[in-house]
Amino acid sequence: MALTNDHTVKAFDEDLNRLRGLISEMGGRAEQALLQAMTSLSKGDLDLAAQVVRDDKKIDALEAEVEQLAVQTIALRAPMADDLREMIAALKIVSVVERIGDYAKNIAKRVALMDQTRSIEAIPLLMSMSNIVAELIHDALDSFAARDAELAVRVTVRDKNVDDFYNSIFRTLVTFMMENPKYITESAHLLFVAKNLERMGDHATNIAEMVYYVVTGEHMEERERGETPEDSASAEQEQG
Amino acid sequence: MTQDDLTIADPKMKAEGVNVFYGEKQAINDVSIDVGTDLVTAFIGPSGCGKSTFLRSLNRMNDTVASAKVSGRITLDGEDIYAPSMDVVQLRARVGMVFQKPNPFPKSIYDNVGYGPRIHGLAPNKADLDVIVERALVRAGLWDEVKDRLAESGTALSGGQQQRLCIARAIAVDPEVILMDEPCSALDPIATAKIEELIHELRGKYAIVIVTHNMQQAARVSQRTAFFHLGTLVEYGKTTDIFTNPKQERTKDYITGRYG
Repeated sequence: MALTNDHTVKAFDEDLNRLRGLISEMGGRAEQALLQAMTSLSKGDLDLAAQVVRDDKKIDALEAEVEQLAVQTIALRAPMADDLREMIAALKIVSVVERIGDYAKNIAKRVALMDQTRSIEAIPLLMSMSNIVAELIHDALDSFAARDAELAVRVTVRDKNVDDFYNSIFRTLVTFMMENPKYITESAHLLFVAKNLERMGDHATNIAEMVYYVVTGEHMEERERGETPEDSASAEQEQG
Repeated sequence: MTQDDLTIADPKMKAEGVNVFYGEKQAINDVSIDVGTDLVTAFIGPSGCGKSTFLRSLNRMNDTVASAKVSGRITLDGEDIYAPSMDVVQLRARVGMVFQKPNPFPKSIYDNVGYGPRIHGLAPNKADLDVIVERALVRAGLWDEVKDRLAESGTALSGGQQQRLCIARAIAVDPEVILMDEPCSALDPIATAKIEELIHELRGKYAIVIVTHNMQQAARVSQRTAFFHLGTLVEYGKTTDIFTNPKQERTKDYITGRYG
């Protein structure tokens, strides 16, 4: 499906382009917040962490701006078909991106609560995991900008890698805590960091699923989900 | 999500392979569609796409155009409406029509509604006619507004009231199908809302087909939508599917305002 900017009413195209521009900017900021939060974590950089927390307000402001523009466009232009699906997706996507920003902020806030994180062996794993998550967020928003359903499908497939990382980091940290009880506080925080990253990957997947719906008008088939420790725990409880 | 199951159980009217020519020019090309009583059908499409021409072939209004020629098969309850044995006057009583501009007779409100039943012999006496007129006006949602002034001229009513009077006039002869050709295009939003509400109420009692340029209106009043372009039926589907997820590129371009 082509990126069609050829409505008879040109002002409609301008609204759509502005909406897409705002969402791209918001996605870029969320991706940057994630990378900066992880850098501040690995380097213990409190100034950078504080900046991530401050910058989150800009992401929230962009969300409000997109919401207002989308509601206005629906009211004034009465979009139909793929235009309508795009409006609805835009509204949902910005609330997901806002959540991604919140998770990044949450990671940044933990930096000040941890001493000596650099000696924990899970850190490099977390950095690799966060790079994959940042790519997924980037590609999910690119798929929205380019109306690329195939890229969207690839994002959902790659989220499996994030889940695998999460499982591996979970085990690594549990083992590490047993062997190094004095790092339990740091390790517990890092477990939350890993969980935040895992949730961000899921959110990128949600965006990709919405993009798929915008482009094709069909819902993406339910993918095989990776199993996280929580899933196996609840499965055991259900069996017991 | 599926667009299957578009079959109309027990269709009131059936058009199969219909072509309409005006002289040499072909206005409608091989259109097949079913119309049922339980579903309002909307015809949409750009000006000159043939939607009104096709609508008019459903009660042989095209007969009045000397150069018009219709081929294919259109049936009402299985009966070929273009068969030589078909009484056209009777057909138009069974398949009523409401036009773009309200066109009441320059007669009283009562006579506007009572004229049809009287000439079709539906009312043996005045008391019967009174009942028919009242029932038609009630059904058209106009009774409360005009019951105290039935002797006044129909042309003295407001545009919206005149259009509802025309609908009452169509209903009075107890039709099976009502064809509406842009019934609200000359009306203000309130009068339009009243007609749309009326269409909603009449659904199930009559098979209703509406031609409209207003896509929001098609979306609001119909359950099935047919998109016409250059004399062909490009896409027919559930109204919800047509407006959220049309299958044909031409339909999408038209309803999203990318046409032309």
